[in-house]
Amino acid sequence: MKKSGILMVIGSVLLLGLFIYPLWNIQLEAPQYPDPLGMNIYISGIQGEEEFDIQNIDGINHYIGMKKIPTPAEMWEFNTFPLVIGGMAALGVLLGILGFFKVIGPNWFLGWLILMTILGILGMVDFNNWLTDYGTDLDPKAIMKLTDSEGNPLSYKPPLLGSQKILNFTAHSYPRAGAYLMFAGMLLTLVAWWVGKKATKGRS
Amino acid sequence: MKNIFRIAVLGVLGLIIQSCGNGGSSDEKSGALTSNAADRVYVAPGEHDEYYAFLSGGYSGNLTVYGLPSGRMLKEIPVFSQFPTNGYGYSEETVPMLNTSFGFVPWGDSHHPDISQTNGELDGRWIFINENNTPRIARISLETFETEEIIEIPHSAGNHSSSFITENTEYVVAGTRFSVPYPQEDMAIDQMKGNFKGPLTFIAIGDDGKMSIDFQLKMPGFNYDLSHPGRGDSHGWFFFTTYNTEEAHTMQEVNASQNDKDFIAAVNWKKIQEYVQNGGGEEIDAEYAHNYFDHSTQSATTTMESKVLTVDPREVEGAVYFMPTPKSPHGCDVDPTGEYIVGNGKLSTDLTVHSFSKMLKAIENEDFEGDAYGIPILNFDSTLAGTVKEGGLGPLHTEFDGKGNAYTTFFISSEVVKWKLGTWEVLDRQPSYYSVGHLMIPGGNSREPYGKYMISMNKITKDRYLPTGPELEHSAQLYDISGEKMELLLDFPTHGEPHYAAGIPADKIKSKSQKIYRLDENEHEYAATSESETKMVRDGNEVHVYMTTVRSHFSPDNLEGIKVGDKVFFHVTNLEQDFDVPHGFAMIGANTSELLIMPGQTKTITWEPKKEGVWPFYCTDFCSALHQEMQGYVRVSGQNSNVPLKWTLDDEEIN
Repeated sequence: MKKSGILMVIGSVLLLGLFIYPLWNIQLEAPQYPDPLGMNIYISGIQGEEEFDIQNIDGINHYIGMKKIPTPAEMWEFNTFPLVIGGMAALGVLLGILGFFKVIGPNWFLGWLILMTILGILGMVDFNNWLTDYGTDLDPKAIMKLTDSEGNPLSYKPPLLGSQKILNFTAHSYPRAGAYLMFAGMLLTLVAWWVGKKATKGRS
Repeated sequence: MKNIFRIAVLGVLGLIIQSCGNGGSSDEKSGALTSNAADRVYVAPGEHDEYYAFLSGGYSGNLTVYGLPSGRMLKEIPVFSQFPTNGYGYSEETVPMLNTSFGFVPWGDSHHPDISQTNGELDGRWIFINENNTPRIARISLETFETEEIIEIPHSAGNHSSSFITENTEYVVAGTRFSVPYPQEDMAIDQMKGNFKGPLTFIAIGDDGKMSIDFQLKMPGFNYDLSHPGRGDSHGWFFFTTYNTEEAHTMQEVNASQNDKDFIAAVNWKKIQEYVQNGGGEEIDAEYAHNYFDHSTQSATTTMESKVLTVDPREVEGAVYFMPTPKSPHGCDVDPTGEYIVGNGKLSTDLTVHSFSKMLKAIENEDFEGDAYGIPILNFDSTLAGTVKEGGLGPLHTEFDGKGNAYTTFFISSEVVKWKLGTWEVLDRQPSYYSVGHLMIPGGNSREPYGKYMISMNKITKDRYLPTGPELEHSAQLYDISGEKMELLLDFPTHGEPHYAAGIPADKIKSKSQKIYRLDENEHEYAATSESETKMVRDGNEVHVYMTTVRSHFSPDNLEGIKVGDKVFFHVTNLEQDFDVPHGFAMIGANTSELLIMPGQTKTITWEPKKEGVWPFYCTDFCSALHQEMQGYVRVSGQNSNVPLKWTLDDEEIN
């Protein structure tokens, strides 16, 4: 159970990478932007890859009536996410330590993982909802009002994952280091559970 | 496999071209080589050139930037001439750049660019260039590619043996081509001899690039034609060719060509620097403008200076010597080691090469053959390193490849000749089209030339391109000099009349090239760094409009309360912070130019409305999809009207 507890602690600590590295990244590439405009999405806010990228994305988006990219104060998520991630990391570390001293069994680790997965999925759903709102809730006074072949307003929603062409831009949306560290951490907690389970079984 | 295919194709092409040629003697370049030239100058779409080349604009007064080997012109940098394309010399911020002691001079004749150096190698911080007509030296930043500073050279006339840089950019040197009274005074022209002088000016360069005249050397009234610094062992010396040592004041064509030998003046500037630092020299009256463009305020200011330190060369022991050099030498070129000083005797077929070490020995031995106005003349034979015989006709300029070879242009025989330093034998010659003046090898005036390409800049174009009436642009040729023989690769038209040029590997500067000006560093007095700061302010009959541009509108775009007889200052700030998104500003009937404003910049143009009405202005740079909509109106009321100042955007008052 010692090994399992250590793995659980390490796995949980890896979540803290999200405080340093971006969770996600969206890049916008176009003929006029051979160096793509890019935004890094952190759990506490959105930042341009280059200093003026956000300003320039907003500048381009105003033609099609998209809202400006929100500041941390404008989205509750950027206040809540750090608390959730910090809390889950602390909880995971606590469980790991308790497991190390055999106060609790490995199934607590699995429980943590299930909770984390549910929270993660909720986060993704929320993120996707924002992308949808950002890409479709357009200013009625927009300079350019484009419609698809059926006459419906065009959606400018960037993909949640993958690359997609939107007018002259190609949007690339992919996880970044923070997300990879989180995934790796979650995988480690699964291993922790597995190792712990085998250890307890061996003894019984 | 690919290579075999390539060789086969070249072989076949060679056969075709050879069979098409008119017989062609056997030592002619093979057809394969000729077709290969296209490959070697081809820079594929989107790719970058290997070298920057900065060609002087001659009578355009500017500096043009080219890429090599493609020969594509990348930019024209305004320096000494007004440039309506972007408002240089018209905008309130840049008008002071063209101030001189003669007032505002809208035009100049730019000649010899030279790139700053550290330890004798190009460092790519700045490029300097001289103005020949109203003597001035300019410094251009190689981060912004904009002229930052211009200093006038007092007491000089025909600022031609300029603007050459010492190997740690200690000095930029400016010589006088037309000797004149020093200081200027009213006297009979035929009293020239002995009374005129040819001052050589040493301009110190600060770590920030700022120029200040350290001293002027009061030389005899010869014509100081061209110059180059010593390097390596000869660092600390500067060499100037002279002509008209006859001191003829009229019909110089004949009268200045009578002496068999003129001089190369060798100046030990380190000695003079020391002399000056120890309080030597005499401060005399001078009147000259010093114009400086401050990037934080984005405005130029003119300071009129009133004194200059003058040094009599005879007062400084061992500072100046003359080396006799045949046939009115033009170019004065120093090889990369600093040992050889080449005098290009333009009225002869030969080149005279002096040896620096022999010169030192001759000075030590006081091996003089006389003096000129008290300056010792060294014995010709004792400084002579060698003579390049029968190189061609009318040698002008020499550059070096760093591999022990020199390349000299011959104006009259219209060719470039390659010869070997030390043996003085001619190795190769190639025609140039036509009547070549200067040539340039990147890093040519440094310890480390980049001997891959050479360009020749020609004075006569004639039939090289599609005819465009009697007035033609000049032509340049690009040669590959990496092999034993020079190969002509490309022929390309240039702008104005390039005299000299300077080249540098692109990698040394391209990553430093600035993309935008930061709005948060904009300290222009009249900048509006956001739309909420835009306004109109009346001060008597002057109205200052603080205006902004962003894709795709002006703020404000409706202006009222302007009256006939007002002088309106449009201070336009480009709020963009995106690479290559300039906006333009043009006002109907303005008696100036447009403005072209880079992201983060503020520029100002004036307008004096003469008629009542509602007058439009617009963006001149196709900035965006809504560029055509980027426009606005100014209401102009009668002189005695009382329409209040009102500025709006989208019918809303701004502040």
